[in-house]
Amino acid sequence: MTELSGWGRYPRHPSDVLSPPSPSAVPPLMTSHTGLVARGNGRAYGDAAIGEQVTLVTRRLDRIRAFDPSTGRIRVEAGLLLADLLDVMVPKGFFPPVVPGTKFVTVGGMIASDVHGKNHHRDGGFGDHVESLTLASPDGGIATCSSTENGDLFRATIGGMGLTGTILEATFRMRPVETGWMRQQTIVATDLDKALDALRASGEATYSVAWIDCLAKGRSLGRSLIFAAEHATRRDLEALQPAADAFPSARSGRLSVPLDLPAFALNRLSVGAFNEMYFRAGAMKAGYPFLVHWNPYFFPLDGIGDWNRIYGRRGFLQYQCVIPTAQAGPALSRILERIAQRGLASFLAVLKQMGPSQGDLSFPMEGFTLALDLPVSDAAFPLLDELDRTVVEAGGRLYLAKDARQSPATFEAGYSGLPRFRDLRRAIGATGRISSRLSARLGI
Amino acid sequence: MNAPRTLLLVGGTSDIGRATALCYAQAGWRVLLAARRDDEARRNADDIAARTGADVAVLHLDILETSGFEALVDGLPQLPDTVVCVVGELGDQQRGQKDLAHATQILRTNFEGPALLLGVFAERFAARGSGTLVGVSSVAGDRGRGSNYLYGAAKAGFTAFLSGLRNRLAPAGLRVVTVKPGFVRTQMTAGMKLPPVLTAEAEEVGRAIFTAAEKGSSDVVYVRPVWRPVMMIIGSIPERIFKRLRL
Repeated sequence: MTELSGWGRYPRHPSDVLSPPSPSAVPPLMTSHTGLVARGNGRAYGDAAIGEQVTLVTRRLDRIRAFDPSTGRIRVEAGLLLADLLDVMVPKGFFPPVVPGTKFVTVGGMIASDVHGKNHHRDGGFGDHVESLTLASPDGGIATCSSTENGDLFRATIGGMGLTGTILEATFRMRPVETGWMRQQTIVATDLDKALDALRASGEATYSVAWIDCLAKGRSLGRSLIFAAEHATRRDLEALQPAADAFPSARSGRLSVPLDLPAFALNRLSVGAFNEMYFRAGAMKAGYPFLVHWNPYFFPLDGIGDWNRIYGRRGFLQYQCVIPTAQAGPALSRILERIAQRGLASFLAVLKQMGPSQGDLSFPMEGFTLALDLPVSDAAFPLLDELDRTVVEAGGRLYLAKDARQSPATFEAGYSGLPRFRDLRRAIGATGRISSRLSARLGI
Repeated sequence: MNAPRTLLLVGGTSDIGRATALCYAQAGWRVLLAARRDDEARRNADDIAARTGADVAVLHLDILETSGFEALVDGLPQLPDTVVCVVGELGDQQRGQKDLAHATQILRTNFEGPALLLGVFAERFAARGSGTLVGVSSVAGDRGRGSNYLYGAAKAGFTAFLSGLRNRLAPAGLRVVTVKPGFVRTQMTAGMKLPPVLTAEAEEVGRAIFTAAEKGSSDVVYVRPVWRPVMMIIGSIPERIFKRLRL
């Protein structure tokens, strides 16, 4: 037994851990154990990748099986790290179709969480780009799934949190890029409405994201910096930074947080100062385009190793909801108001526009998503329960890959594909056999 | 441009084998991965080809099927420029103390098979007048210890074999390199508690092998140099004291 937790370091549960050396070793484990779920690199924040009894770590399934540079099509094993894929592919002029906010995730995890990136409004989630996958199913067999073959299983597996089986391999297409640089433009929004407008207006941009200053109140509630970006072309590079290498190395010096910071380091004052500094630095750059390396643009926090430790020993909660477009303004401002009032500081508040998704349990829906962090404290839980009510009333839902504490009622209200998902789990014999702490908590 | 050179990597499903082959492929070499488990070798071959664009093929080879070695070598489409043998099996010392079949397997896998195979290549290389042979041995072969002397004895034999081969082939300009990785974090050591300073990653060993064989001139390489003094100290402990240590 090993004590496991997600990236948020809350909650922690004991589990047996298995680490199969190859895809062919997985199917026998599916029948010889029960209460198991797959785990990639453990970057889900809560309890999604902790098996009720057994956790099947896929990290040794890390091979690239085929790559065709003429089409960008790639077939990889599920435990391949996105960071590894980027290291190999960016210098060849290819970028993954969708990347989440950290590159320390596995491809299997990206599918199981149907992760979204800063381009969801245009390109959908990672699951939308998966052409086919193979799955070790609960009966010990291997199923090949795509939109045309085992389509129901395919749609349940995308965003299915590992609860339909263990993903072994996936095929998808990389997008060609001319350089490893991003041409970024920063827009300043002085309140929430302006931020939502700016995100809508930047819908033309391939990538866009807003960073909200959570501590701003009153008329400044929701003041944000919006970062819109494109993959820079060779012409952009010549115009903006002619001397630069088209594919600069990703190996930047990694700063790491060596120890748990004491919780008092994260009080209202220190976070307020941080946010103020961040906002001013960003605003100074507003207005004109500039080039930024893909690594800090997509993965700013990966530059700080083990940043989850800044929240101290009790760990932290990440709260990510999505609100349908029509309700987004009022619901998000209510949420931000409550956060600002309570002063339960958040380092991060990220706002993004989303489009629809296809998986039964995929998180994205047309609307806006807000993500923020709170250190675990006795006051945090009732506050989030209160925010849940706002989300449910607005027809929204919470992201399972981030969740550690929502109630089954909140979950059921948000996910209309749940009955279909449960039926499929029953039909393939996954119910009761494939289960995580998350699925047990939410009654999936 | 010169035609790419060819590496034959024996032990192509091991972590060290994978990492070593990748280093060669990145440097533009053609790679032949020899291993007993074809499907697993194929995984590594595909991976290396996809990452580097190199030409990577798989060869079925069982290190215990020594009688087939000559036919296998003569059946190769071309004689490789470098042969690296990373085959190794730690085995279970305590089981091997009672189970002669297991003890035999440890001795044959770590000594007999690798030595005979490199010996066949040595003949071909000597006839051709060029070639590099690399054997991955072990610090466990530097002095026998109670906890792993079957493995250690086999590796000691392999180390002596490589030393003799080097001595014989050096005048002809052929290189024989002995690599002693020390502790390595791999499938073989999964679950063991290893001291970080003395423990290398498989990638580190792969780079060390490539550098020693193709760029350097060292004959005996400790992947982490700290192992050299460590083994000197271990080697210099008088037997009457050593025999009482629990090692």
